[in-house]
Amino acid sequence: MKDLRKHLEERALTLRRHTIRMIGKAQSGHPGGSLSAADIMAVLYFHKLNIDPKKPDWPDRDRFVLSKGHACPVLYAALAESGFFPVDELLTLRTLGGRLEGHPDMRKLPGIEISAGSLGQGLAVANGMALAARLDGRKARIYVLMGDGECQEGEVWEASMFGAHHKLDNVVGIIDYNNLQIDGFVSDILEIQPLKEKWESFGWHTMEIDGHDVMAIVEAFDAVESIKGRPSMIIAKTTKCKGVSFMENKAEYHGKAPSGDELEKAMEELSCIEMIEPDNKEGC
Amino acid sequence: MKATRQAVAPTLIEMGKENPNIVALDADLAESTGLNKFGKEFPDRFFDCGVAEQNMMSTAAGLAVSGKTPFVGSFTVFTIGRAWDQLRNVVAYADLNVKICSTHSGVSVGEDGSSHQPIEDIAMLRALPNMKIIVPADFYEAREALKASVEIPGPVFIRLGRPKMPQVYDDDYSFKFGKADVLKAGKDLSIIATGLMVRMALDAADMLQQDGIDAEVINMSTIKPLDEATLIESARKTGRVLTVEEHSIVGGLGGAVSETLSEKLPTPVTRIGVKDRFGTSGPYQEVLKYFGLTPENIVKTAKEALL
Repeated sequence: MKDLRKHLEERALTLRRHTIRMIGKAQSGHPGGSLSAADIMAVLYFHKLNIDPKKPDWPDRDRFVLSKGHACPVLYAALAESGFFPVDELLTLRTLGGRLEGHPDMRKLPGIEISAGSLGQGLAVANGMALAARLDGRKARIYVLMGDGECQEGEVWEASMFGAHHKLDNVVGIIDYNNLQIDGFVSDILEIQPLKEKWESFGWHTMEIDGHDVMAIVEAFDAVESIKGRPSMIIAKTTKCKGVSFMENKAEYHGKAPSGDELEKAMEELSCIEMIEPDNKEGC
Repeated sequence: MKATRQAVAPTLIEMGKENPNIVALDADLAESTGLNKFGKEFPDRFFDCGVAEQNMMSTAAGLAVSGKTPFVGSFTVFTIGRAWDQLRNVVAYADLNVKICSTHSGVSVGEDGSSHQPIEDIAMLRALPNMKIIVPADFYEAREALKASVEIPGPVFIRLGRPKMPQVYDDDYSFKFGKADVLKAGKDLSIIATGLMVRMALDAADMLQQDGIDAEVINMSTIKPLDEATLIESARKTGRVLTVEEHSIVGGLGGAVSETLSEKLPTPVTRIGVKDRFGTSGPYQEVLKYFGLTPENIVKTAKEALL
């Protein structure tokens, strides 16, 4: 177990390093929600998801839906590290002619299960995938990562009712609860609490965990597998921009790229230099 | 007399028997769209989503991306209006195989009034990349368009109407997606019509004939992609075009025809439709008349255009 923790923490650090490098190079993108979700993404892509990068369309695969599409840098990093496309391509984020769109485009890049960008839709898309899996008798599980601010979208609650009504126990939702949205703290802009009670009252099996404790994430994903007859929602308490001290818990870094000295400092904190080949320091 | 929406239930049930990947979703209007009958036949493959159209559209996207062919049904004000972002940012953007069998289109919705009378849907959908738009002229064309839609990759919008109307075609009609149908050849004027206005355009052409005006009548049931070749050929022959639609004159068939001809064969165009205003309550025959959507007004407008 200790080895698994170490392994997943290292993978999460790698995802954070990629995220900062990509966004730093592009000087555009959303670091906040990518960094807060890095541990969740590491557990999904390097431990939990039953996927095969050599067969991205394999019908029995698990699905991962990134409903908060703006956090795609961490998804791109996870896909590249999983072997869906070359790691070098990460530095083409948001460039003209590149495949790494500002928000994910399933028609451009292998491994993207659904295009996203407009909040509130992913859970409903996941429900559709779950219905299809049920109709086809497939054991695939559908994981969907949402934002906390995203829970302000009405469609989330339409989908919540639908998932419970259809007893979609093959759907696992994860809310990256960093309590920040673009305009400020979620609790100041439009409070979503009591969140656990909301999901429970909508008929979902609901858990609250520390979203930066990789083993807690592993255990939560394992635990919800035994829940039958209703979908599961894991509320993961996180810190926006987790891993870069001066960016942590600041709304301004929701969608702002660190530049100049800030970028250098962020790279330093994440020891980015260690992961870069000597002849490829352009991204620094 | 049959309504285009009446084609939904029998056609989908027939297709559903042969194609297990066809599924259907509705948003609490399944009796009106006819999808409740599909649900009775295939209870596992029908999902009434309740009064939640946005969720319905995104759920359809999830089904489509998993290899299903979902038919999404509701009234057009809701399929397009309420679920626009879902249609734009997932279904159309990702070019997903979602078929929208959208009923209660245009002002012929009648009594329910303006809130339920979409007159802007074609304009909105024309501007959406990857979207295909079919406006069947009658029950038979609706039936064939629904069948054809399964073979057309990506999203297809099929604009269906509420009222029972006289037919244009018969049981043997063969629909060709993307191909306009020249119903009557003529040399003086091209009447390009769509949806329930096609029958009226034919009736108007008969009346014009009695007055010595030889009008060509074209059913432009596929609005996107537009059959530009047939349009241009007709405009070249007659030199005068009249468009007729149960939709706003802004951005619909009239807009599509004007844009095409302006660039490729500048020709005077007159548009009959709803003139940039909302609809109104009333029995559908009276509402259609109120908006000038009658054979008589087509005749009058054609004569004015030819002065």
